[in-house]
Amino acid sequence: MRHLMNPMDFSVEELDRLFDLAADIEKNPEKYAHKCTGKKLATCFYEPSTRTRLSFETAMLNLGGSVIGFSDAGSSSASKGESVSDTIRVISCFADICAMRHPKEGAPMVAASHSTIPVINAGDGGHQHPTQTLTDLLTIRSLKGRLDNFTIGICGDLKFGRTVHSLVNALSRYSGIRFVFISPEELRIPGYLREKLWDNALTFEEVIRLEDVMGKLDLLYMTRVQRERFFNEEDYVRLKDFYILNKDKMALAKPDCLILHPLPRVNEISVEVDKDPRAVYFKQVQYGVYVRMALILTLLDLA
Amino acid sequence: MLNVGKIEEGFVLDHIPAGKSMSIYYHLGLDKLDCTVAIIKNAKSNVMGKKDIIKVECDINTLDMDVLAVIDHTITVNVIKDAVIVEKKQLTLPLEITGIMKCHNPRCITSIEQELPHIFYLADADRELYRCRYCDEKNTERF
Repeated sequence: MRHLMNPMDFSVEELDRLFDLAADIEKNPEKYAHKCTGKKLATCFYEPSTRTRLSFETAMLNLGGSVIGFSDAGSSSASKGESVSDTIRVISCFADICAMRHPKEGAPMVAASHSTIPVINAGDGGHQHPTQTLTDLLTIRSLKGRLDNFTIGICGDLKFGRTVHSLVNALSRYSGIRFVFISPEELRIPGYLREKLWDNALTFEEVIRLEDVMGKLDLLYMTRVQRERFFNEEDYVRLKDFYILNKDKMALAKPDCLILHPLPRVNEISVEVDKDPRAVYFKQVQYGVYVRMALILTLLDLA
Repeated sequence: MLNVGKIEEGFVLDHIPAGKSMSIYYHLGLDKLDCTVAIIKNAKSNVMGKKDIIKVECDINTLDMDVLAVIDHTITVNVIKDAVIVEKKQLTLPLEITGIMKCHNPRCITSIEQELPHIFYLADADRELYRCRYCDEKNTERF
């Protein structure tokens, strides 16, 4: 039995198979419409997350399965003081697979070690969010046709953004990737990630102005500055609107430069950019459903 | 010059950095043993200037090598039988260690589920860096 805790849990070859399956699901959804008939997904969400939870639930419903679960800790037995390990033992009796989100880092790993059903980490605090990374990789592979040999700009909160750290780690396994990190001084990538890139002799540069590098990017991954990651409200207010991608900046980009964003977007991408065919962040949401469908099938050995 | 006699059977931990012996004594659980334990502090050393030494007269298997390696893998472990050194054990950093270090990350699941064992894995042997198995926070505890 396998779980998914970290995007690096799967080898590059396993990811290729997963993405091939997701691509086939996209082309032939009817072929998969009853693959999970009689199977149940439990969504155990200890903190609110409409988008990820609904994406998981849609994925299971698209496969013909059903869904049980809770969407905040208050409506679960956690409010009575039940431990994660006890909860998952109970859930294991009800469902065939579980997607868990928890504000504490490592909670899904604790669940996995006591579970008799596959557990998917659907986000644990600021730590990991592997299905977002799988979504990002599938979007790039589907729309660019490859996962190697491109220049990707990653812009915004590179210090606290877990999606950024996971994406950088995941892309580091492919050849010919050049990273351009665009952030204010205070939100640069953490030291350990920089050291890892140095150790693996990967090409990267760090800049402050988005305009200076826009023209050389094949992909631009925008991120939101998250209020909940700051202890100091003043810092958040100062940095939240540091980058705003608008029409003028898009005019500097290559004609085939794709714009991605894990969403929700606040101010960092102006709504006028939404009409640009290079803005693919809403398509990304659709790929999130395909990749979660492929993941559920893979972990349930139904692929 | 203070003299501590030879032991017949047991082990001698040599080349302990001066001042570290009491920490090792407690972390290895030597305080719970019923056998003879000698702690020598600030002994003269040609290489180190000053060093600590611990002599324990009991079965070598009571020694948790992993714990000792995490505390300081440069310590020399001499195994004694019939009052002579029969083996010098090399300490290697364990790939995973439980219950020695504590994760201090307030966002880690171990901060709210008290019964969970604190497990760390070796993330970088060159830098002797351990990270929490749950949250990947690096260990900052020194022994």
